[in-house]
Amino acid sequence: MTATMTELEGTTAAKVIDARGAACPGPLLDAKKAMPGVPVGSVVEIWSSDPVTKSDINAWSTKVGHEFLGVLEADGYDRVFVRRGK
Amino acid sequence: MNDTLSIVLFSGTADKLHAAATLTAGAAAMDRPVHILLQYWALDAFRANRIDKDHGLAYDAARPRFNEPVEQVGEIPWLETFRMAKELGEVTILACAGSLEVLGIDVTTLDPLVDSSGGIATFLVAAEGGQILFI
Repeated sequence: MTATMTELEGTTAAKVIDARGAACPGPLLDAKKAMPGVPVGSVVEIWSSDPVTKSDINAWSTKVGHEFLGVLEADGYDRVFVRRGK
Repeated sequence: MNDTLSIVLFSGTADKLHAAATLTAGAAAMDRPVHILLQYWALDAFRANRIDKDHGLAYDAARPRFNEPVEQVGEIPWLETFRMAKELGEVTILACAGSLEVLGIDVTTLDPLVDSSGGIATFLVAAEGGQILFI
């Protein structure tokens, strides 16, 4: 279940990863690496300038049991929100 | 079919090594076990004293192209991608014993990314029930 834009804007991430400038699979690997570092149920926010990151992170979250919350567009990059599910 | 992804990595050019590394990293991120069998030129590329050298491009890069020079290819981060993949997931890299023999390479001279040497049966048993790719 993805969150609304307003909900995302009000979301405080337990961890923000700046993966801007990295190409696939960099941002995905950074997200994977960050998950064990935050409590289950908390949110990780990934910044990426690679346009495929949002769909890739969505597919990955579904596969491995995290919750993809959605994306906010920023200036030249995407802010991708994932809740740790396990 | 199980989740295991197995790759027979034969090629030793940076572009093909990177293609294999990207698949490996993606699968590892998705919690899929990955088994890699290094043969021939891939094995040569994993020699500890050469692994960080320039490994060139596949012959496809030299084909005549339509006003599109291939000189634009940037640095290919294949080694870094493999390292990340191994750090993040269950990735086993096996050096093909037959190729080691033919190329006259001692397994102890390979990069530590390589777990061990092994025969084809070891690889096939590990790969059983999953997908196998040849690169």
